[in-house]
Amino acid sequence: MDVSVNTTLTALELKGVTKCFDRPAVDGLELTIQAGEFYALLGPNGAGKTTTLRIVAGLLRPDAGSVSVYGIDALKNPIEAKRLIAWVSDEPMIYEKLTPFEYLEFVAGLWSIDAVTAEARARELIDWLGLGPHAHERCQGFSKGMRQKVALAGAMVHEPRLLILDEPLTGLDAGSARQVKDVLAERVRGGVTVVMTTHILEVAEHMAERIGVIDKGRLIAEGTLAELQRQVGTRGRARGSASGGTSLEDIFLDLVAEEGGLG
Amino acid sequence: MSQPATLPWFARHELRLFWRDWFSMLTAGKRRREPVLLAVFLIFVAVIHLVAYFVVRPFAEAGITADKATLVTVAGSAFLSWTLMLAQAIESVTRAFYSRADLDLILSSPASARRLFAVRMASIALGTTMLTTVLASPFINALAYFDGPHWLAAYGVLVAMGAFATAVALVVTVFMLRALGLRRTRLVSQVVSAVVAAGFVIGVQAAAIFSTGNFSRIAFLSSESVVALAPEPGSLVWLPARAAMGDLGALVLVLGTALVSLGLVMAVLSAKFEEYAAAASTEAEPGRRKGRQRHSFRPATTMHALRRKELTLLRRDPWLLSQTLMQILYLLPPALLLWHSFDGGVSVLLVMVPVLVMASGQLAGGLAWISVSGEDAPDLVASAPVSARALIAAKIQAVLGSVGVVVTPILLALAIPEPRLAAAAAIGIAISATSGTMIQIWFRAQARRSTFRRRQIPSRLATLAEALSSILWAGAAALAAAGTWFALFIAVFALMTLAGAWAIRPREAYAV
Repeated sequence: MDVSVNTTLTALELKGVTKCFDRPAVDGLELTIQAGEFYALLGPNGAGKTTTLRIVAGLLRPDAGSVSVYGIDALKNPIEAKRLIAWVSDEPMIYEKLTPFEYLEFVAGLWSIDAVTAEARARELIDWLGLGPHAHERCQGFSKGMRQKVALAGAMVHEPRLLILDEPLTGLDAGSARQVKDVLAERVRGGVTVVMTTHILEVAEHMAERIGVIDKGRLIAEGTLAELQRQVGTRGRARGSASGGTSLEDIFLDLVAEEGGLG
Repeated sequence: MSQPATLPWFARHELRLFWRDWFSMLTAGKRRREPVLLAVFLIFVAVIHLVAYFVVRPFAEAGITADKATLVTVAGSAFLSWTLMLAQAIESVTRAFYSRADLDLILSSPASARRLFAVRMASIALGTTMLTTVLASPFINALAYFDGPHWLAAYGVLVAMGAFATAVALVVTVFMLRALGLRRTRLVSQVVSAVVAAGFVIGVQAAAIFSTGNFSRIAFLSSESVVALAPEPGSLVWLPARAAMGDLGALVLVLGTALVSLGLVMAVLSAKFEEYAAAASTEAEPGRRKGRQRHSFRPATTMHALRRKELTLLRRDPWLLSQTLMQILYLLPPALLLWHSFDGGVSVLLVMVPVLVMASGQLAGGLAWISVSGEDAPDLVASAPVSARALIAAKIQAVLGSVGVVVTPILLALAIPEPRLAAAAAIGIAISATSGTMIQIWFRAQARRSTFRRRQIPSRLATLAEALSSILWAGAAALAAAGTWFALFIAVFALMTLAGAWAIRPREAYAV
């Protein structure tokens, strides 16, 4: 199928995306993320972050709405959209009986990447993430951090244009977290779009260009840190309820409290 | 309410977990199945009591005396049950050492690890006894009904058997831990337990087939040749059998010996429990194993990559492979019976055809479950730019390829003397294996590979359909190989089974 890829403008566009399980998990979500942007999606537990990302990754089909990835309708052409995407969940999806080297070979095969090109990328990623000494050991004895790094290397071996990460830093030690953050920052500099959920607000504060706050399946605020501070300040003064804090944590808690999200 | 961290408190905790585990295993976690489960259980109890009634009646009518033949039969049946208990106990004891479910929590608390160990081993003995009691109780009840209540003493022997099996399992497991190390023990104990379970059953059945021409273990055990070889009735060997038949002195001795053995083993080994469990929490995590050192990626299309991955994972999981191949082992007795029953006019090799066809169907079903439902990275595969149809196709190819690797040497050996039979078997194998694979795909439900042994639970319908399809294709292939058109009739039934399975498949299996 000939599908043209829009390389310059919008990386991801969600329009009216709705997904209900026993209750609405995502409720008419509207979201636009520009190409090359580092976007952090924040929200309390059960806000609909993971469901949203799973819909974008093609793992869930929404009940309503549209999803566009670099101009490709991801619901009509899921395979073409998936070629541009990589998905990393908070629970690393790796095979215990494969080595990192074999895992990356498998992922490259899944995305039909030429073996020579994929191998060069794999070696680079393995070195970059400090997996070199374990590249030929089976993953079954690996720590959570090592497994997460293998999964992240797998997500990048096919050079995705849109990297979707669900809590990628959970369980990582400081050194591993720094390695992962460096790799992500380098990818963004290289033009990759990163959409990441995280509960570590400092990471979002320091790495993300724009931040979206989602609650009850809806986007309740969006913008740069300065824009969010202004939004909260304006709304808080109007209601006399803002905490007056300027950190992302203060802003996040104020926004979610307004929605009644943290009870 | 008992004091926290005391023996009764731990016992209550264990019993609650034990009951909920069993209940959820039987109902697959669906509460609406409770009435169905109760009805099925009552029907099962009634049916096995009916079977026991008809099995026991002829013996009771002939008069049961404590002669050598009766003692051999009772002791042989008891030993058979005990080997199954031992297999179950070895597996449970190993799991108790390696399971991390709540062990870290409890061992990190100020509660006594010895008490926990004692309760956990007692609950293993209870679980081991319960399972065998469910199966043996109809026969004990029937014997008590026909021959007198003294047979109820057999329940005491069952308790003794459970306790002794647990004691032996503990010694065997600790011996393996010491001799083989923590890393190898988990796998080896699983293999040992499977071999213990299968070995005696298959051995006795094979002997029964060759000596009496049928499956009856009782006929074999009471045959003149076996009785002649057995020790005299006064021998201590018959103590458990005498106890089961109502000799109270023997019962006290048997029960006492078993309980004291379990108590002693627990007392000696409980001090080591914390040490082994703690070591298992680090060492028993599957160790770092070097993969094959390859220095370059091999070129692969998506389909190649998927097939290669499936075959590598299967090859590297000896436990799954041994569990799967064990299914073939259980087909040996029927094969022997068929062989033994055939007249000289028909090639004895004909019996290979249904056995191979049925084994292939079962093997393919097991491998398909591992490959489809037991996918360890479903999100990764689902997020790849590959259609669901292509993914399934690659998995089917990997499964059928693996079955092919197993059966091809046998087919080639069969083709030398009997090419026609080999051709019939090959066609039957292809159809049966494809059917088993398709049924598992229709009923797929995401699960961990490690739950392979419980794969029947989410869908007993799939298990039933898979077994029925394999049996019917085996029958059709055997009849086709024998040159009778009746094969078509059986094949139609097999196709109807597949159509039925397809019609009742859960629709949600086809979600993304």
